[in-house]
Amino acid sequence: MKRWQPWEDVRSEMHRLQNEMGRLFDRWGGNSWRPSARTEVPPLNIWDDAECLYVEAELPGLELSDLEILVGGSNQLTIKGERKVPALPQGAWHRQERGYGMFSRTVELPFDVDADKVSAAFRHGVLRVTLPKREEVKTRRIQVQGE
Amino acid sequence: MATNLTPKVRNGDVATPENTYGVTFRPRFDIWEKDEELLLCGDLPGVAPENLDIRFENRELVIHGKVSPRPQGAELLYEEYSIGDFYRTFRIGEAVSAEQIRAELKNGVLTVHLPKAEAAKPRRISVSAE
Repeated sequence: MKRWQPWEDVRSEMHRLQNEMGRLFDRWGGNSWRPSARTEVPPLNIWDDAECLYVEAELPGLELSDLEILVGGSNQLTIKGERKVPALPQGAWHRQERGYGMFSRTVELPFDVDADKVSAAFRHGVLRVTLPKREEVKTRRIQVQGE
Repeated sequence: MATNLTPKVRNGDVATPENTYGVTFRPRFDIWEKDEELLLCGDLPGVAPENLDIRFENRELVIHGKVSPRPQGAELLYEEYSIGDFYRTFRIGEAVSAEQIRAELKNGVLTVHLPKAEAAKPRRISVSAE
């Protein structure tokens, strides 16, 4: 008896190509969210400007209240949290590609930051932590005086 | 224990586009089947509801989410994941009632409800004893 299969991915050439591209530009370095993965969870992107460091992580499905953000010393940032498996009363999985579970990550930031002024925002599943640089590490524009 | 960060390789010769990423990713999806509907749950972090386009044509569900560049005016120091748009298609069989498909996007998670057509719903058969 054939199992009822309401769907299948579109196996067009286009799609196959896209999958290949997806592998080339694998944004997660394989199976993230799982403890055995090569990549530390969550993967981070860090930006800076003259005033602040901006640390971002993609944490879809979480709320700011599910996260613990700690700044230790002058330059250690820890992001902890848990992505819970959704409670579905009845039914069965057809496919499970997303990962769940607890995560914790600590990184040393490239600049000393002012721990008292750190703020965090969560928007569309992306966490952004804004960490103001300490005065002494800020880039200063040096006035050059001509004669 | 602190883990090391991967420094971003800088290439001063290449200009980066300001308004688009030019890279598209295939979002991860879970598919859950209930008695009355199929549920698709996908991760589209960074996609605002107004930048999400979902179409249903020729029994194909097309999901396209656009991600805005972020943050403005800052320089990328470490890059452990790439940012780009999301695109994925699903072939939907006759067992789904196309007119009643609905979707919601919350905290970067897209949930698509695909109600089953009447004929595909499980039925309880009543057995009468003699």
